[in-house]
Amino acid sequence: MTPLVEMRDISVSFGGIKAVDHVSVDLYPGEVVGLLGHNGAGKSTLIKCLSGAYRPDAGEIHIDGKKAEIHNTRDARAYNIETIYQTLALADNLDAASNLFLGRELVTPTGLLDEARMEAETRRIMARLNPNFRKFSEPVMALSGGQRQSVAIARAVYFNARILIMDEPTAALGPQETQMVAELIDELKRQGLGIFLIEHDIHAVMKLCDRAVVMKNGQRVGTVRVDEVTDDDILGMIIMGRKPETAV
Amino acid sequence: MSDFSPAASRTRRNWLEKLEIDLRLLGMIGAFALVCLCFSVVTDGRFLSARNIFNLTIQTVSVAIMATGMVFVIVCRHIDLSVGAILALASAVMGVMQARWLPNALGLGLGHPLIAPVTMISGLVTGTAIGALNGWLVGYQRIPAFIVTLGGLLIWRYVGWYLTAGQTIAPLNQTFLLFGGAEGTLGVGASWVAGGLAAAAALWVIWSGRRRKQAHDFPVRPVWAETVVMTLAVTLIMGFVAILNSYELPQAKLRRIFEARGEIMPEGYTQGYGLPISVLILILVAVAMTVIAGRTRFGRYIFATGGNPDAAELSGINTRLLTVKIFALMGFLCGLSAIIAQARLQSHPNDIGTLDELRVIAAAVIGGTALSGGIGTIHGAILGALIMQSLQSGMAMVGADAPLQNIVVGVVLVLAVWIDIQYRKRLGMR
Repeated sequence: MTPLVEMRDISVSFGGIKAVDHVSVDLYPGEVVGLLGHNGAGKSTLIKCLSGAYRPDAGEIHIDGKKAEIHNTRDARAYNIETIYQTLALADNLDAASNLFLGRELVTPTGLLDEARMEAETRRIMARLNPNFRKFSEPVMALSGGQRQSVAIARAVYFNARILIMDEPTAALGPQETQMVAELIDELKRQGLGIFLIEHDIHAVMKLCDRAVVMKNGQRVGTVRVDEVTDDDILGMIIMGRKPETAV
Repeated sequence: MSDFSPAASRTRRNWLEKLEIDLRLLGMIGAFALVCLCFSVVTDGRFLSARNIFNLTIQTVSVAIMATGMVFVIVCRHIDLSVGAILALASAVMGVMQARWLPNALGLGLGHPLIAPVTMISGLVTGTAIGALNGWLVGYQRIPAFIVTLGGLLIWRYVGWYLTAGQTIAPLNQTFLLFGGAEGTLGVGASWVAGGLAAAAALWVIWSGRRRKQAHDFPVRPVWAETVVMTLAVTLIMGFVAILNSYELPQAKLRRIFEARGEIMPEGYTQGYGLPISVLILILVAVAMTVIAGRTRFGRYIFATGGNPDAAELSGINTRLLTVKIFALMGFLCGLSAIIAQARLQSHPNDIGTLDELRVIAAAVIGGTALSGGIGTIHGAILGALIMQSLQSGMAMVGADAPLQNIVVGVVLVLAVWIDIQYRKRLGMR
């Protein structure tokens, strides 16, 4: 099977510091790959090359086996790559529908925003993702963490993402909302999406991911299947930067 | 507010919610009404006479037009301190254009029909170009807007000074003068027609909005509330036209007009001013800017960028180009205001638009625009401009001297923002 995404030999430096140093990762359809490492290990920088926020200094990205040119977030979206940022990247002063369609608004034939249709579509997708969601006409700053998260996820799902990047999706959530996100990730997997999950929490990775990529100081320590290793093995990789013997 | 029992304030809020009228707007209208009422009492009703309302409106137009543009600038977390200077330069260009270049250098002669339109276009182009330059420096060169426009405040007015060699330019083209206010009004009949059209348009907007909501099964206002809003809209529009129509041209001026035509004025003849062209322009600008703010991608991106610049950028919005567009629009509106301000003064004096940047910013802020970005309305800014102008001319009528006028306006500005902060705290916003 061709991988959905292949990032080959990616390097990014900021003023002499190598944030990402010749790292390669891949992702298959219906798979969740966790990216682990300390703060500053380079996982966010690596993934921002895929989402179009950064451009790598070296290396190639292949989508469906073909070389992809991703220069900005628009390009990434054209490849059906959607990103849910840790900060959620929501405009707090706008309502759910405005955020969901931000940058891709629906318009009437006269070119004006079709507010009613956008709200109707938002209600439709939220009914699927988070049936308890009611605050459609309020600015998202009035929403709880979980509600905000569901708006951010709805934005990715609505536009038929094939590759989803999630940056610590459960960091700010309570247990119930975390469970909701976990179920959602399972559902998206079944639909054949590939998901990159940036995580600090090893338990979340063991629970949600199929494979885990561990990074340290901008380099890849190793890639492991989570059912072949223990929490301690992964912890060892993160802290010591050493691959366990069992890993392939 | 603490005087009300919880139950009473709840029912009160309920019917206000049904009307879906912005409480903040209601507060501003209340403040404006209070100002008008106080001055009216002190001046024995002179403040609310048709004549004063007419004058008040035409004095507000120039600042109000620029304030609508300033809303976009401030919502996007920028500031424009150069609007008064841009207005002055645009005015200088138009002054020289209509009094020297077009009639003399191009040999059109004074009074040629092309002079007024070409002059106005030159002013609008000047404003837009300088605005775009500001936007480019802010958006692409990453110089803070405060610095770019502070520089502009010093630069553009004096570029205009060199253009006119420091001289006041007058007299101006006759057609051009129609845009100043009292010199160019629609007259009674046409004003009623314009008012009727505006009322019909307002009703259509309310009705079609309701239809759109119903089509998607969204909740709509109860019928009684809809009726109240519609009646209110029509009454306001027609009432405004009625007041402007009831202000009559002075007899001496009428007699001169008849004499100029070689006729004799009939005994007992009167003529109302009606809607000034400049006010009509302000209304059109207000409608256009409101549509841009609420119903276009451009407007949506301005508010999104103001709310969270990173989110806007990550959503694929070109925030740099957006900045250029916002400042260019601001510059265009400065050019438009320059036409009206110059025509009203019937000359181009070098100090035209001095301190306008502060009036414009104050109008936007009094009107509820948050300097932290992301929040602001067009109608609020216009109301803000109206409140300030009312305070100023009201105090002038009472006989308060200029220093006191400035002190009061300053106090009102700070007070308005303080009240706004308290209001938001109460609602649990940031």
